[in-house]
Amino acid sequence: MATFFGEVVVAPSRAGLDEEEEAREETPEDREIRREIEKKRYRQRGEIKDREIQVLWSCAEESLVCSRFIVAIGRNAAAFLSSFILDSVCWEVIGVVKLWNEWCRTSSTTNVLPTDSFCLFYRLISDPTVLLCQCSCYVAEDQQFQWLEKVFGSMQKKGLQVTILSTCPVADYKTQESTLTLVSPFLKALKTKEFQEQVCCPLLEQPNIVRDLPAA
Amino acid sequence: MFIPCDRGGGSVAPDFKGFTLLMPAVSVGNVGQLAIDLVISTLDMTKVGYFYTDCLVPMVGNNPYATAEENSVELSINAEVYSLPSKKLVVLQIRSPFIKNKYRPFCETLLSWVKSSKCARVVLLSSSHAYQRDDEQLLGTPLRYLLTPDLEKAVGGRMKELNWKEMEKVAAYPGINDTDKVLHIPGGGITKLLFTESCSEGIQMAVLLKFCSEGDNIPDAFVLVNYLNEWLQLIKSEVSTNNNSTDPSSQWKIPSSWRLLFGNGLPPALF
Repeated sequence: MATFFGEVVVAPSRAGLDEEEEAREETPEDREIRREIEKKRYRQRGEIKDREIQVLWSCAEESLVCSRFIVAIGRNAAAFLSSFILDSVCWEVIGVVKLWNEWCRTSSTTNVLPTDSFCLFYRLISDPTVLLCQCSCYVAEDQQFQWLEKVFGSMQKKGLQVTILSTCPVADYKTQESTLTLVSPFLKALKTKEFQEQVCCPLLEQPNIVRDLPAA
Repeated sequence: MFIPCDRGGGSVAPDFKGFTLLMPAVSVGNVGQLAIDLVISTLDMTKVGYFYTDCLVPMVGNNPYATAEENSVELSINAEVYSLPSKKLVVLQIRSPFIKNKYRPFCETLLSWVKSSKCARVVLLSSSHAYQRDDEQLLGTPLRYLLTPDLEKAVGGRMKELNWKEMEKVAAYPGINDTDKVLHIPGGGITKLLFTESCSEGIQMAVLLKFCSEGDNIPDAFVLVNYLNEWLQLIKSEVSTNNNSTDPSSQWKIPSSWRLLFGNGLPPALF
């Protein structure tokens, strides 16, 4: 594509596929070279970082029986739970997600500061089937499915009801009027047809969508 | 990969034997996906299932084809399957891009699902960068088609009757050697991969594509879906009595989710 100044640039395309990626046909030699480069890029202080995530539970049970699972994704939602729900009297930490990506790294420690990136699981002491997850770290797109399978795979679902709490910028909300005049913050919800209870706020209208881990 | 919807009559998987599978490639301008939206919306197709896959970026929203309050609250995700048994048509809609390095596994799983569900043929709607056209392609129609050898035998004649243009191959080593020709579909996403795999696996596949650029691609979607309609006759093109020409564009129903494609309303304070 030529710009007004006469330079030729490659336009970003919604095809979402790099031309190099598409055209490259790897020989075994190329694959070996690429693997070595990736290992070198990710090796730091003897620790190889890769895209695999680990879910570490502190309890001994093989699978947790779960009837209610509340997941707070993003710093705002995690802060909401810290401020209004969580306390050391009623809730105990039972697990942590350890992951690395270009945006953040979480560790296996459960002693975290609000400014850290972390993903912790709590259980209500008075009803151990109620679980809560505070995920303030960013889970990259190629890790979201893994997160899902590993977390839900550890649960024995007993009439499971899942509630996901998340935030989005008001500027991303699509509406006929300008978002400048919109009264914010405001709540919107999405629900599956199996959810029969009353929802506490209006449903999210088209063409708005939710993406990333909350969507997964 | 394919999970059927539970429609209350048990979860018996729908039967797609002998059906035509219509699907988009995520490609420049998202033209294939927009065209598929028009097909699903106009034919009022029923959702019969979805793909459970880790290859596409997750997304979820409410029903993009909602026409009233009652049908607006069904959740919709990134890869869903719709069907219209009366036309032996099954449609896959893809609503998000591929996750890095996951497009090959997706293509493999998709083609194996096509074979196991015994679809008669696949029609792939796609697009390619308009700026990469050569001098000859700049003239005439921006629409092209491709047929795998198995489908060529069945419908190649029809394409000739319709006076359609086959996608040209380009020189593998331009400037050096013009004899080796390869298929090149820049901006076409997984189009070339799906097509070449279908050729080698004996799957009947047709690719219909339009040269276009990123921008307001709604007109491109209409052109592509009308092109498709010339062949598959999904809707009747009524002859307009005013100017005695066929213009089926008005018979395609724009889905409600196409609202606000270019952002919100403007703040009054701007003026």
